[in-house]
Amino acid sequence: MKKSLKERLAILSDAAKYDASCASSGTVKRDSSASGGLGSTEGSGICHAYAPDGRCISLLKILLTNFCIYDCAYCINRSSSNVERARFTPEEVIWLTLEFYRRNYIEGLFLSSGIIRSSDHTMEEMVRIARELRTVHNFRGYIHLKSIPEASAHLIEEAGLYADRLSINIELPTDAGIGRFAPEKQPDNIRRSMGNLRLKIEEMAEPTLQTKRRKKFAPAGQSTQMIVGADGASDTTILGTSARLYGSYGLKRVYYSAFSPIPDSSKNLPLIKPPLMREHRLYQADWLYRFYGFDIGEITSGREGGMLDLDLDPKLAWALSHRERFPVDINRADREILLRVPGFGTKTVKGIVSSRRFRRLRLDDLKRLGVSLRKVQPFIVCDGWTPHRLVDRSDLRAMFQPKPEQLSLL
Amino acid sequence: MMFRYSLRGRGDVNEWREAARGFMMAGIAPEYIEWRTMDDADGLFGFDDNRLPQPADPPPKISVQPSFIKLAEAVVCHSDPTRFALLYRLLFRLFHSRGLLNMASDPDVTAARRLAKSVGRDYHKMTAFVRFKELPLPEGDVGRRRFVSWFEPDHFIVARVAPFFQRRFTDMDWLIVTPKGSASWDGETLRTSDDPAPKPDLRDDTDDLWRTYYSSIFNPARLKVKMMTTEMPKKYWKNLPEAELIPGMIAKAEASVLEMAARQASEPLPYHHRIQEAASKVPVAPRPAAGTLAGVREEARHCTRCDIHCLATQTVFGEGPADAQVMVIGEQPGDQEDLAGRPFVGPAGQLFNDTLKAVGIERDQLYITNAVKHFKYQPRGKRRIHQKPNMGEIRQCRWWLTQEIELVKPRLIVAMGASALFALTDMRQKLDDVRSEPIAMEGGKTLFVTVHPSYLLRIPDEGQRRDELMRFREDLAAVQRLM
Repeated sequence: MKKSLKERLAILSDAAKYDASCASSGTVKRDSSASGGLGSTEGSGICHAYAPDGRCISLLKILLTNFCIYDCAYCINRSSSNVERARFTPEEVIWLTLEFYRRNYIEGLFLSSGIIRSSDHTMEEMVRIARELRTVHNFRGYIHLKSIPEASAHLIEEAGLYADRLSINIELPTDAGIGRFAPEKQPDNIRRSMGNLRLKIEEMAEPTLQTKRRKKFAPAGQSTQMIVGADGASDTTILGTSARLYGSYGLKRVYYSAFSPIPDSSKNLPLIKPPLMREHRLYQADWLYRFYGFDIGEITSGREGGMLDLDLDPKLAWALSHRERFPVDINRADREILLRVPGFGTKTVKGIVSSRRFRRLRLDDLKRLGVSLRKVQPFIVCDGWTPHRLVDRSDLRAMFQPKPEQLSLL
Repeated sequence: MMFRYSLRGRGDVNEWREAARGFMMAGIAPEYIEWRTMDDADGLFGFDDNRLPQPADPPPKISVQPSFIKLAEAVVCHSDPTRFALLYRLLFRLFHSRGLLNMASDPDVTAARRLAKSVGRDYHKMTAFVRFKELPLPEGDVGRRRFVSWFEPDHFIVARVAPFFQRRFTDMDWLIVTPKGSASWDGETLRTSDDPAPKPDLRDDTDDLWRTYYSSIFNPARLKVKMMTTEMPKKYWKNLPEAELIPGMIAKAEASVLEMAARQASEPLPYHHRIQEAASKVPVAPRPAAGTLAGVREEARHCTRCDIHCLATQTVFGEGPADAQVMVIGEQPGDQEDLAGRPFVGPAGQLFNDTLKAVGIERDQLYITNAVKHFKYQPRGKRRIHQKPNMGEIRQCRWWLTQEIELVKPRLIVAMGASALFALTDMRQKLDDVRSEPIAMEGGKTLFVTVHPSYLLRIPDEGQRRDELMRFREDLAAVQRLM
């Protein structure tokens, strides 16, 4: 008997939940007031709900189908798994997207799919959904399509005309890992597709000679995801891969997804509690690399086994092993130096730099800027405050370490 | 003398602005004004006693920067009763120190920014958590669909957020009602009111599908309840159709993960075996014969002879006629070559092409390749910084270069740069010692050495660059004569 729409929605959203990406930000501003249609995007994304896993629900994240001819060990939809299978018709996906959108449940659609028949066939169906949403239904909300590395170039090109973001998952940080766990995937194909996508995005961003207008092509760029903790790769390896991906393909984001036990898991994989803290530290390190002027080498050097400190955030850990660089005088230090102080974010630093032009800053000023004094005090000098020998204290690390906690099995 | 001034205080900046201007014109200091609103606890004040003082003579010129107006527009929406006094204090102080708003750590500036931020958050949460329910159209009516929502904002933001919903939900009629005002859209006019509205009784069957989605997208192995409640505080739950599921989802999470762990991996279904079998039968595309240029190119695609391969996007093999008379060898692919999979297509390639054209050589007569076939680089932020291949890597990659030379059998080989020269001769020589002269090689081939075009792009001094460009052009002209 054919499963009802509700049953299939349950299966195909369950199948999609291991993809961490949910962003609906970073695209162009547009709305439907001129077109009289439905939908808008206004720069920053909107999270319409949060699940008890703390993740934001911004897009309708579903699979077109969870039938898949690939057998990737870490994936709930691999061909050897016994999960229930289902598929939507393109019309059903379009209907769900529009009806959910009208009720303000979502910002748009994040569509992915298991590979059925061939890569091109699957990609074609996905592109059709995006095309009809845009052209038939005048939908101007956010669309994120997962593209399939082996799909033909003309399909990817068409996808970019309708989608805000395209992504291809690298899945694992090393070629060897991909070879072991996702034998049907070709790492060099994935890299080549990302490279082609970057070239296409750059080509379209050039104003045309005649009209001087830029064409819209995946305006929110491309992103990817790496699974953390399924293979033995260290944080150094993972972050090195991220740096390469950011540098090579102009990715907007690399998502880290702590490997989470899946129903009917492959025998080759650990059934463990997902390493959420590790995932969190990787995101912090990623931020330091992209917004705080840190090199990956600086963040990971001297770390045992190439792993980040789970107890301390990577900036604090770096500061504790570079005490000679502190304390920093917040009334004089350059922006680049201020960004390296644990407890200062980019906004705080901006606030400090603009405020200190008027008068010399004290601890009170920092407090009003929303800074946690306990965290920054050992590392800074300002009017009325010097840490004396605080930076040299041998128990400084202990001051920041979290209280020991009872461990539980799962 | 003390002034009292009453405002409606429901998010309209203009009523405060008018009054504030009046007080400023008279030069009244903040401590002499008591601001009140209609909703003050000690009863309703009339607006009849609102009197503004006589302007000073001559009246001061009052001008205020747009950034303050923007801030004030947000702050007046806040429900904090002290907001008008705070704004007037800021306005008064701004009159004497215009840069005040940039003083991010000033107590008044911080307080105002905090209120604005909380209004901004309320705005954002309203755009996120309004849930529309559809009102069925009367039988036979095929007009615009109609939706209604009930929402409870903390502040007076309905009029502020309404245009957002208009921009987004243009093709449907909608009405949002809240205890702090309402807004509606009928396709032509956006109407707002600041009068409190009663809560309507609403239901919509699609909520059920949404709840299905909400509970299925949740991953019970990653329970992080605190993270959820920070972003979706409990005060919003009562108007969210999905929120009633939350307690049950949390309670069952651990059990469902344990159950998942306890279950043994099962044996794959026949579906899997059918696919595996079908996959094994898919005919593999015929490989080009070994010992041909196409064959070597195919082999090189999967080269793992040195460590650069997994950093680069792809092998960039040589291109050009298989029987070319002239082979040009560069150092290694760069950023653009790595993405495109073709040699000499980036900035250095552009310069190379231009120079070829200038001396009358057709690029497609040449076989163009590199000493090293993968791009070696150091990631730096959003860019890749080219790194010179080391001798070991060049030696490893010579495996491919030698085969290209053997198969193409060029009469003339042009080595551009020291790496190409090293790849051919295994000698580290100063380029200048061997440059610009045809050198006889074994097998009757001729070697011609010049610089790599990317060297020319890196010369900072303009005059020197012009000279070097000239020399490079003369070199290629010499190549043309040797062809």
